Amino acid sequence: MTGIRNTVHAWLLVLPACVLLATFTHIPIVTTFIQSLYSTAKPRRPARFVGLENYEAMLADPIFWKSLWNNLIYAGVSVPISVALAIVMALFVNGKLRGRGFLRLAYFTPTVLPMIAVANIWLFFYNPQYGLVDQFLKPFGISGVNWLGSQDTALWCLIVVAIWKEAGFFMIFYLAALQQISPDLREAASIEGAGRWTFFWRVTFPLLMPTTLFVLVNAVINAFRLVDHIFVMTAGGPDNATSVLLFQIYIVGFKFFDQAYAATLTIVLLALLALLAIGQFLLADKRVHYQ
Amino acid sequence: MAKLTRRSFAALALAAGMAGGAANAADVEVRMYFPVAVGGPVTKIIDDYAAAFEKENPGIKIKPIYAGDYQQTVAKVLTAVKGGDTPETAILLAADLFLLTDEDVVTPIEDFVKTPEDKAWLATFYPAFLENAKIGGKTYAIPFQRSTPVLYWNKDAFKAAGLDPNKGPANWAEMRDMAKKLTKKDGSGAVSQWGIQIPSDGNTAWLFTGITTGNGARLTNADGNKVSFDDPKVIEAVQAWYDLSKVDGTQPSGLISWGATPRDFIEGKAAMIWHTTGNLTNIKSNAKFDFGVGFLPGMKQNGAPTGGGNFYVFKGVPQAKQEAAFKFIKWMTTPERAADWSVKTGYVATSPNAYDTPAMKAYTDGFPQAIVARDQLKYAVSELTTHENQRVTKVFNDSLQAAMTGARPADAALKDAQREAERILKDFK
Repeated sequence: MTGIRNTVHAWLLVLPACVLLATFTHIPIVTTFIQSLYSTAKPRRPARFVGLENYEAMLADPIFWKSLWNNLIYAGVSVPISVALAIVMALFVNGKLRGRGFLRLAYFTPTVLPMIAVANIWLFFYNPQYGLVDQFLKPFGISGVNWLGSQDTALWCLIVVAIWKEAGFFMIFYLAALQQISPDLREAASIEGAGRWTFFWRVTFPLLMPTTLFVLVNAVINAFRLVDHIFVMTAGGPDNATSVLLFQIYIVGFKFFDQAYAATLTIVLLALLALLAIGQFLLADKRVHYQ
Repeated sequence: MAKLTRRSFAALALAAGMAGGAANAADVEVRMYFPVAVGGPVTKIIDDYAAAFEKENPGIKIKPIYAGDYQQTVAKVLTAVKGGDTPETAILLAADLFLLTDEDVVTPIEDFVKTPEDKAWLATFYPAFLENAKIGGKTYAIPFQRSTPVLYWNKDAFKAAGLDPNKGPANWAEMRDMAKKLTKKDGSGAVSQWGIQIPSDGNTAWLFTGITTGNGARLTNADGNKVSFDDPKVIEAVQAWYDLSKVDGTQPSGLISWGATPRDFIEGKAAMIWHTTGNLTNIKSNAKFDFGVGFLPGMKQNGAPTGGGNFYVFKGVPQAKQEAAFKFIKWMTTPERAADWSVKTGYVATSPNAYDTPAMKAYTDGFPQAIVARDQLKYAVSELTTHENQRVTKVFNDSLQAAMTGARPADAALKDAQREAERILKDFK
């Protein structure tokens, strides 16, 4: 009897979480998937079942491919760089140096600022004439580059903003992890005659692996999720050069009001993120050792 | 804030069943969604109008609901309609006309126009503003916050370049020549002052309609189901725009920022710019030099697009509420209000009568630049307005951006855009 009572008790305890998750996550995913199999309802043409037609249209849509490709570049470049920078910054401010608190705060500031404000600041950094970037590069003979107005540079400019914004956030996790590492290990290593480089690769880095996994999963999700600055800085232009998946979903859903196609794109984004997360966990399972 | 408090207090009083509650319950409530697209205390101005209207019209309560930019507002309105919570009225893009009629959510204004006085009122608006408010002889929208692009020029820069500071360019060829004289380089060869900037990263199609109209082309038909992006005159217009950067070197290459251009002008980095009249107040209060405002210089003739937002009245709400909304819209567009709104925001007043009011006369006497946009209206056409408007406009914008960044030749980009637009519009023939 107590067994059953325990089970009931346990289910009752998780019930609130289950209800919330189902209402805001699971049911929407299912309805989105169902919607992606129907055409968009219009007053004179109610929604009808179209099977995989929306998915076929998506495969034939050059802007979808462009957005996917842009997103992969965006994630592929911004994630490793921001994570590496986060480790370097964390190591730096973990050491004994003057003004440490101030430095930590400085590194963390971009995280606190709202993305829309950040985008507005960077918009003027990138101004081809009086922007900070232009002023900085002028002594090197580079001037008047239209950073955001050219297909070759616009996406890279947005990647830089993302790295700037994200690295400080990840640094906090690494900093917390570094402070968990016992100083005994360093002493032992120095007795053994290990250099700083060896110590980092053989001791610190492996001990940071659980944090790295956590940060990587978050960084990848953010690389697909963080699009606020695109609205402010380029609106996806020039000619879709800075359009990414989530941005495209917004355009299709709330500018074109084509809910069916937006649902289709959403399902693809979800599947992609799920695959990436599963892949990271499987791969990391072999490399990550929890203490 | 004070008003909010008063309202919440009234609501509390009503809930508590205090005296006066019964009278309030009989009030007709009109909900109006509205966007804010220009600087300034727009929300406060709208709230003040609503309060003034309520005072003059007991029995009607106006509830203005600020809903973000145009895009967010139309998304919220359509969501509210689908959720069965239709508002009575909203200010939405004039160019969303076909979106709203295709979704079958708006009702013709003629349904409420009954008296000769109403008919006279409907006839007062500038025809250019009504162009994309009518379908098949029925008016679905009432012009309210309307704008049009103009050319701004820096008089100091004109003087320094040996040009007459009181005369802006009269046509495209003159603008090209002046831009050449106005482009200045510093010792290292970098440009320190551009001759001309016509923004191309946002509202690309809108400003471009100024160039095509000046070249004698029409981008779309009145039924909104045909476009002519591959018209040779349109291709010629893109080429002319691109040549300012590529051939003349008087305009920065690549896309030019819509948001940064007024600032470039204020900072003296651009001697002439094309921008909305909506920025007039901003430039006036921030520029440290004297500036002129003129018509968009055309390649063959004068021409400009109109833009901005209109009032729409929604279907599916009780007629008494629609009538109240209509009454409010009429009140909001009286000459006095239109003049006041124009002075406070920089939008073009929507009827000629507004320019005869004492308030407007006093304003334009002291600031004649404000009258240019009105005078240009006789050459103005509606901005690109089609079925599936956002989709068609995006296709067009993408092709223009590809051409302006030099990624694709103008004719190839526009021919593709034409094909894609025809595919999108094939169901509306």
